[in-house]
Amino acid sequence: MQRLRGTEVRISMSNIHCAFENGKAFIPFITCGYPDIETTKAVVREAVKNGADLIELGIPFSDPTAEGVVIQSANYRALQGGITTDKVFDMVRELRNDIHIPMVFMTYANVIFSYGTERFISSCRDIQIDGIIVPDVPFEEKDEFLTECKRYGVDLISMIAPTSEDRIAKIAREAEGFLYIVSSLGVTGTRSEITTDLKAIINLVRKHTSIPCAIGFGISTPEQAKRMAEISDGAIVGSAIIKILAEYGTDSPVHVGEYVKSMKNAVRIVRD
Amino acid sequence: MMTNKKGRFGVHGGQYIPETLMNAVTELEIAYDFYKNDSEFNAELSRLFNEYAGRPSRLYYAERMTRDLGGAKIYLKREDLNHTGAHKINNVLGQALLAKRMGKTRLIAETGAGQHGVATATAAALMGMSCVIFMGEEDTKRQALNVYRMRLLGAEVIPVKTGTSTLKDAVSEAFREWTSRIDDTHYCLGSVMGPHPFPTIVRDFQSVISREIKAQILERENRLPDYIIACVGGGSNAIGSFYHFIDDSCVKLIGCEAAGRGVDTFETAATISTGKLGIFHGMKSYFCQDEYGQIAPVYSISAGLDYPGIGPEHAYLHDTGRAEYVAVTDEEAVNAFEYLSKTEGIIPAIESAHAVSYAMKLAPELSRENIIVITISGRGDKDCAAIARYRGENINE
Repeated sequence: MQRLRGTEVRISMSNIHCAFENGKAFIPFITCGYPDIETTKAVVREAVKNGADLIELGIPFSDPTAEGVVIQSANYRALQGGITTDKVFDMVRELRNDIHIPMVFMTYANVIFSYGTERFISSCRDIQIDGIIVPDVPFEEKDEFLTECKRYGVDLISMIAPTSEDRIAKIAREAEGFLYIVSSLGVTGTRSEITTDLKAIINLVRKHTSIPCAIGFGISTPEQAKRMAEISDGAIVGSAIIKILAEYGTDSPVHVGEYVKSMKNAVRIVRD
Repeated sequence: MMTNKKGRFGVHGGQYIPETLMNAVTELEIAYDFYKNDSEFNAELSRLFNEYAGRPSRLYYAERMTRDLGGAKIYLKREDLNHTGAHKINNVLGQALLAKRMGKTRLIAETGAGQHGVATATAAALMGMSCVIFMGEEDTKRQALNVYRMRLLGAEVIPVKTGTSTLKDAVSEAFREWTSRIDDTHYCLGSVMGPHPFPTIVRDFQSVISREIKAQILERENRLPDYIIACVGGGSNAIGSFYHFIDDSCVKLIGCEAAGRGVDTFETAATISTGKLGIFHGMKSYFCQDEYGQIAPVYSISAGLDYPGIGPEHAYLHDTGRAEYVAVTDEEAVNAFEYLSKTEGIIPAIESAHAVSYAMKLAPELSRENIIVITISGRGDKDCAAIARYRGENINE
């Protein structure tokens, strides 16, 4: 991958490229407002302190159809706790006083659409959110949000799945920020084994784009993260972190910090 | 540039699904585009409709109801007489046959009242396919008899405990299952909803209802009806009843939504009356939701209409004014359920009773020259315990 300095030259409109400049990237996913917004803030700060390269912030949705039971339950609890899109925006605005690494939102189409697409995405720019990941918006529907994303310099992150096959080329050619490579079939959740031929998928992606590829879905251990980093530019972990939040509640930040450190150490040293 | 208007009804419809499923829906679309014009496929489907499902269903002149209400002449389209007791079998036979041709060996489906689950389990048994049905845990209690019927037919019934444990959660869970197992599995969606091509496929298979109504009413009355009235959850029996009349502007099309305890309460499932434009379950359409786009926990006495959205083609027919959507409360539907039972000796599904209720209001306002066709989408045996409960009587099924 090209190394770029500062913001003069960009491979995308946002600062996402910075996440891939400290060795292989480690990207934690955190459901906002689970168990409460103060814990989310503390967890983000601990994750950054312990080497997270990019933070994926989930804005809860009532019916998260791409999520497994762990993240579904976190979404449900966060909404029960009164989290809203506006509260998430306020939280990010405050975090931006001291957090300077790239951050992206992961949420469902209706959360963005119902807020007003332009209002949502212009707010993202205002609070320095670098990109959005919308699992229920595939390539064919990305025009729904793309115009506003381009206008406000927010990357619309694309996903590639094990079933993408002949779709990989067109998705990769138009990809922005980084490519989210889905490791296996099914929904989010930890898996003991990932059997997809991810190397073949990434080799195909590489023929069409030079933007970074990070692998997510099913990764929980440092060994898995290391193996993913060997064939890509980074690893994304969600459910394993939400499990820590489920176990330790408001005492989670220090535990998430330790976990992020172990995961970043596992991927940092990996070379192509 | 890449604006893709495929599968759109005005602004509604589309394919808002995870990348993992995109090739699966594309494969389905290609297969359907081929088989819908394949004479062998259509001959096989017609044979199943007629020999197995018992089509054509009767168009019955409800003489006592007509006389009692003292206005328009009322006909009932008897989808309740189909095998498995509802219109759901029309779509399921079509999709199962299609899935079989595509080489799939396993059907999965969501179900609300259990009618679509029973129909899918039936088609799977008939065609030697394995079958898994997702049903909200709440609905498995409301419709225990249908759960047993599905098991009897060889299907596995999985109670869904997430969210509100009703139809929308069963749909979400069926999508999740399909995402994890695509190769051998077809998701037999039960209504005119979800991502393209489902709203079109389901509508085409259900359009047999309006094709028959048209032929039958022309034969009986030598003219088209003035009104077609059907209940709407996702909207499959309604779109099936409307479809061949959409270009006949003299025929008024009325969809009856479930108002639950009333459209001014939070306990309602009337999407057109209380919802707003959104994106959910693969489609852009109207949905009951809060100001932040969180899908609302809807309510109706009818498990089959207890869904927070409406099919994209209905949303479009509403936008253009071609069809009118009205809300009918639990109380009105229960009254109609009892009325049709006593007046005509026909126990309608509580879903269909929503349509009967609106016709009961409308008919007296019309003249004897007018003709109303009500689609009785299903039979009401499954609802007897719940209606008894509603009336404060506890019967053991």
